[in-house]
Amino acid sequence: MSMVDRLANIDRRWIFLMMGLAVAVPIIYIGITGKTLPEQPTPLAQAAFDELDKLPPGSRILLAWDFDPASEGELGPMATSFVRQCCQRGHRMYFLTLWPVGTQMIQKTASLVIDGFYPDLEYGTDWVDLGFKAGNEAVIKTIATDFGQMFPNDSRGTPIESIPMMDGIVSISSFDAIVNVSAGYPGSKEWVLYAATPYKKPLLVGCTGVQAPQMYPYVPLQVQGLLGAIKGAAEYESVVNAWVRRDTVETLLEEAGVDGADAGTLTKDFFDDPEKLKSWLAEPAAGGLTEAKRASLVQAVQGVEPGIFLEAQRRMGPQLVAHLLMIALILAGNAVYFVTRRRGGAR
Amino acid sequence: MSRQAIGLIVVLLLFVGLLVVRAGIGKGMGRVYSERESVAMVQVEIPILDVVEGEAKGTVGTESVWVPAASDDAVDFASADSPRVEWETTTPIKPGTYFQDPSNAAFELDWPRTIGIWVAALFTLAIFSFLYKDNAIYKIAESVVVGVSAGYAMVIGFWDMLVPNLLGKLVPMFVQTHFIPGMTDTSVNWLYIIPAVFGILLLMRLAPKGQWLSLWALAFIVGTTAAIRMVGYIEGDFLSQINATVMPIYQVVEGANGSVDVYSTIWASIRQFILLIGVLACLTYFFFSVEHKGVVGGVARVGIWFLMITFGAAFGFTVMGRIALLAARFEFLFDDWLWLIDPTNQRTIPDAVAVLGM
Repeated sequence: MSMVDRLANIDRRWIFLMMGLAVAVPIIYIGITGKTLPEQPTPLAQAAFDELDKLPPGSRILLAWDFDPASEGELGPMATSFVRQCCQRGHRMYFLTLWPVGTQMIQKTASLVIDGFYPDLEYGTDWVDLGFKAGNEAVIKTIATDFGQMFPNDSRGTPIESIPMMDGIVSISSFDAIVNVSAGYPGSKEWVLYAATPYKKPLLVGCTGVQAPQMYPYVPLQVQGLLGAIKGAAEYESVVNAWVRRDTVETLLEEAGVDGADAGTLTKDFFDDPEKLKSWLAEPAAGGLTEAKRASLVQAVQGVEPGIFLEAQRRMGPQLVAHLLMIALILAGNAVYFVTRRRGGAR
Repeated sequence: MSRQAIGLIVVLLLFVGLLVVRAGIGKGMGRVYSERESVAMVQVEIPILDVVEGEAKGTVGTESVWVPAASDDAVDFASADSPRVEWETTTPIKPGTYFQDPSNAAFELDWPRTIGIWVAALFTLAIFSFLYKDNAIYKIAESVVVGVSAGYAMVIGFWDMLVPNLLGKLVPMFVQTHFIPGMTDTSVNWLYIIPAVFGILLLMRLAPKGQWLSLWALAFIVGTTAAIRMVGYIEGDFLSQINATVMPIYQVVEGANGSVDVYSTIWASIRQFILLIGVLACLTYFFFSVEHKGVVGGVARVGIWFLMITFGAAFGFTVMGRIALLAARFEFLFDDWLWLIDPTNQRTIPDAVAVLGM
């Protein structure tokens, strides 16, 4: 049997094995070395960031987590980054879900980001978990006009009248922006059709790769920012990470007594040349910083990120190798087909 | 025994052997640790102060509240007879935290969560085993997933839908007493008899006779759903999409300083032009009242190309999504279960360094 015949009749399990290795080996390599591929944000990811960034601190953001563990690998990283940006910016976050297991997804994101990195944020004042509500798009239609009718309590059973940040929330119009992370129905499309379009609300969407082609036509008039699949998540994650690092440095400098404009200039200098930070730390101006804050400053400038905020970028390594394998397989498959046809085999 | 069965057994034995070897290297694998903490609360009667112009003039009764047993309020107001409750909480901690101080009495191996990790890992492998061949282990895992999902959806549907939205409207006091103490609206709304009757009619599908009664409920569901969607689709999909398409081909993009960004303007205009051509060509392809010959046939052919590119992009996105999901499962296996890598610094040093000799 010739090589071409062997390839034409290859057991598909060899392809599964190759794909498994193409994904597994980069994961182990990246897991050990911590190296991720550089990400250049596309306009859509940048737009998602800009939309939340331009809102003043304290803005009300409705976060609809319409996904489940089956798509958590793809959507979890973008959910994490959305919440991180909201926390760092000081937005008030209102979580809800139209998926039964979305409740656990909300709890996971809150536990990872809010409890882990923003423990000062207070439940009921800075963020609230309104939990799951059955009814699909009917829920969106109802809260579009009467929020309290659909959500009389939060997920813990507390009446919304007792939750300080629910004061003034009467309908979809009470929110400054909607963020939806979606794995299917009900999800992004329903938020576009029943909330964002009729009530002219900014909508930022993070969705699975399967959904992404359906969502592109809505950009930019009905959807202002779109993160499609893990690539969109990785781009947005890199934008948020870079901004959080700069914002952290600026905040720490201001805490050390450096005034706003100078803090901005110094931050830029530190990121352009990290050596300048070392010399600045030796100056008396840095005396106001505790040891812990000095360490945070160095970490932020050096670009050290907690692993949880690099999840999407880590998964782009396996994407690269697996896509190269797929391209190679498609080329090989076509080559085998044409060679076989020339010999008078396949038609 | 067939060749495939022998192959499967060899793979399984190899896998178990590697697992045993892995468990013996470094700090082991697949464990979750927790920190135990005791919580004690006491119910106290705290006086409500009568405050006049910022000054306390006395008390106007008491308020019964639960406070931590070690709090100042407990010290001041609790007595030996005050009702008390105590319980223990377990909070997962990083294995690295446990390894730093294993003698800490508050730290312990969290058996339920550890078993959870192992069950998740073994079920992941059971599902993956289908790639080799359809087998009993895969079928068991598949059945468990379907069963658990259906059961979970049923329970959630009962507690989140039937109890608050139906029983809570028809027998609110009963619901408040037994199910939802935080429910504030306890007025009866008899209109909810109608959905209750429709719900019962829908269940008639399961009855041996009178299945036709369920059609009334189905007709109501189909009618209302169609109406809700029609309005949404006309505004959100139909009109808005026409609005987004009918735009000038020459798209002016301004730079940060307010002047025209020539580069971006050219690309935005090309994009708008391609969009217009694509829409018209695809519409022509789906216009079957005229035979696809000559100019119409040529334009329809362009439409097919646009459709093919769209399908290709959709396929590419799907592949990317599936690889991301596979990567997430592998990360779980290598990180949470096998402890080979440690991207989130749970254990400080990844054991892959030791295992792989790196």
